Amino acid sequence: MNKKIKVATTSLAGCFGCHMSFLDIDERLLELLELIEFDRSPLTDIKICGPCDVGIIEGGVCNAENVHVLREFRKNCKILVAIGACAINGGLPAQRNQLDLRDILEEVYHTSVGLAQGSDIPNDPELPLPLNKVHPIHEVVKIDYFLPGCPPPADAIWKFLTDLIAGRTPKLGHGLLHYD
Amino acid sequence: MSIQTPLETIDAVLARNLDNPTRLIQILREIQEALGWLSPEVLAIVARGIRLPLARVKGVAGFYSFFHTQPMGRYRVLWSDNVTDRMLGSTDLMSEMCKKLWLEPGRVSEDGLASVATTSCTGMCDQGPAILVNYRAITRLNSQRVTHIVDLIRSNTPLTDWPTEFFQIDDNIRRRDILLGNSIQRGDALRSATQQSPLAILEEIKRSSLRGRGGAGFSTGLKLEACRNARGSGSNPEHYVICNADEGEPGTFKDRVLLTTQADLVFEGMTVAAYVVGARRGFLYLRGEYRYLLDSLEAVLSRRRADRLLGHNILEKDGFDFDIEIHLGAGAYICGEESALIESLEGKRGIPRIRPPFPVTHGYLNQPTSVNNVETLAAAALISVKGGDWFRTIGTAKSSGTKVLSISGDCDRPGIYEYPFGVTVAEVLADCGAELSKTQAVQISGPSGICISAEEFKRRIGFEDLPTAGAFMVFNTQRDMFEVAHNFSHFFAHESCGFCTPCRVGTTLLKNCMDKIEAGHGSEYDINEIFKINRLLQTASHCGLGHTACNPMFDTLQKFKPAYERRLKSLAFEPAFDLDETLSQARQMTGRDDAAAHLESNAEENS
Repeated sequence: MNKKIKVATTSLAGCFGCHMSFLDIDERLLELLELIEFDRSPLTDIKICGPCDVGIIEGGVCNAENVHVLREFRKNCKILVAIGACAINGGLPAQRNQLDLRDILEEVYHTSVGLAQGSDIPNDPELPLPLNKVHPIHEVVKIDYFLPGCPPPADAIWKFLTDLIAGRTPKLGHGLLHYD
Repeated sequence: MSIQTPLETIDAVLARNLDNPTRLIQILREIQEALGWLSPEVLAIVARGIRLPLARVKGVAGFYSFFHTQPMGRYRVLWSDNVTDRMLGSTDLMSEMCKKLWLEPGRVSEDGLASVATTSCTGMCDQGPAILVNYRAITRLNSQRVTHIVDLIRSNTPLTDWPTEFFQIDDNIRRRDILLGNSIQRGDALRSATQQSPLAILEEIKRSSLRGRGGAGFSTGLKLEACRNARGSGSNPEHYVICNADEGEPGTFKDRVLLTTQADLVFEGMTVAAYVVGARRGFLYLRGEYRYLLDSLEAVLSRRRADRLLGHNILEKDGFDFDIEIHLGAGAYICGEESALIESLEGKRGIPRIRPPFPVTHGYLNQPTSVNNVETLAAAALISVKGGDWFRTIGTAKSSGTKVLSISGDCDRPGIYEYPFGVTVAEVLADCGAELSKTQAVQISGPSGICISAEEFKRRIGFEDLPTAGAFMVFNTQRDMFEVAHNFSHFFAHESCGFCTPCRVGTTLLKNCMDKIEAGHGSEYDINEIFKINRLLQTASHCGLGHTACNPMFDTLQKFKPAYERRLKSLAFEPAFDLDETLSQARQMTGRDDAAAHLESNAEENS
């Protein structure tokens, strides 16, 4: 199989920390590029994901746009990977799940101090609506692999991808699998 | 009685327990009974008193369901949430109670009067729906009783003034055999034992082929022998005998009835076991739900001491000293596991130990300890009187003696039935008044046991076929077996002790899967997840709780899969070939290329 493997990545309700950790594989990125080709990803600026072998998703699902992007990835990627604490558990953005969304919007746009006169909850159709609760991505689409960590270390990402590309079931050994 | 300040109460409890850290569970229970809850200040005083780090004491207080580190109201109502209680209408009755008290489940009312919540099975399945009010059991709830109880709570009536019939608990013994129908007099078993050497009695028990009645079925003779042969260690070597009455498996209530009607025989069995292994102290670990039995059991112990059946030089036999203490649990199913039970007896969180070493060599305080089920010890007492050969004639080749079953669910006569091993499920169903044609399943030995369907009703109770700790829950054809498994998945998620990750996380993932299917959002994917989690729990969890937590899902998925399937949203499936491609030749021959001349390769893709 000489064809390069197509990989797409994106960040939903995440901080791009997992992507940064991905970049931390440093010069191995060149080695990786011998084997893979990026589709939609912050590295390519392609806006819509095409048919891919692997999709890597960072971050949970916090708004309607996240759902559309996630579905677009699921539809196009044969293998979909949840990377990092937010994608797997909701992570930091899910801290708001303790509160009612209505109270949050009210507080942020109406009652908190220092707001401009006449501030209102924005209703521009350009802005995606937030979901009542933040969800981990596997509650919305089927996820094939989970790569935990906040963020997962570069070595774990490297091991995971090289396993996947070589057709081995990815296995993170001691020291690579952790949740913080 | 003079009124004590909280501090005096704590001091009195600590003094009564000799500031002994191994008695921490009892100390916390007694203080909570007096003060209502365990405040941070109380825990700090206790920690100082028994010289343990505060974190240890807080850890213990936080571990057990029946300890409260927040005020729970003057009336703490807990609804038993076994599937049998639900089948008798507990869910609706509980919401009725909450509505009448203006309460949300799990919340304390603003005036601090009451709280209403659920708890795991309280062992009253034959007379449910059951509740605990301030840890006293009330059975046979109905709408009328709920209204009455709400009135009593609203009028702040002390529990002691509530109608006594509320607290009436029936034995419901429907079939007696050698154990429940015995005519042995108090002390007979012990007199018979002390006339022989400990080794001779051990031989009798071995010859009887008696096996443990808690479910696992280990040879009682071998266990006692291993314990006897093990050497105690340290400066104060001892042997111990423990009676496991932490009957937590949902649907099991035979130990409750044995301890109500055969307490002497059980204590006598413990004393015989002590004689065999050379123990001077024994413990009865009684589940917190059976708190109401404590006073009568203490009375039985006092009478036995007075009759020289316990204490110093028992039955005038020089050097035969043995006494029994009763320890109460505090609402933790895991403490039915013997090493977790020992941890709890030592005043710690009930977390199973790594085995081996087994308790027979390193048990209570790391000394050789024999932990036996209530029913096993009662049977040992019988054997001491009547001999091992006699016992072996009853039952089957590999399961000697009888088994006490606690039957609940859809049958006319729920209650306690004692059968010689080898009885078929169909015979039991006929006796308890469950019509065969209208019965679809029986859950044998509780959620951690096995669910059998109608084709299997010819199977036999016994270690050769269907081992059981006693639970026998009957489900008629109207019942939804998914709901049964769903209830059990919540039970295990609640009762996982939290020590090992596979079980702590796995049981919750299982619960989430079942909730998702219940809500109508499930797919074949979730069914596969259940099987995957099952494999994980089986291979990676620390103790039997994790190993068996998936059994209800696994069994019902094998035997009652349509109950799941009709809840699934999609049964995703990929065709084995390209559908559009199979029209290609016809398209070519007809020259058609309209929409009807094509097939979508995957119909679901557009949905």
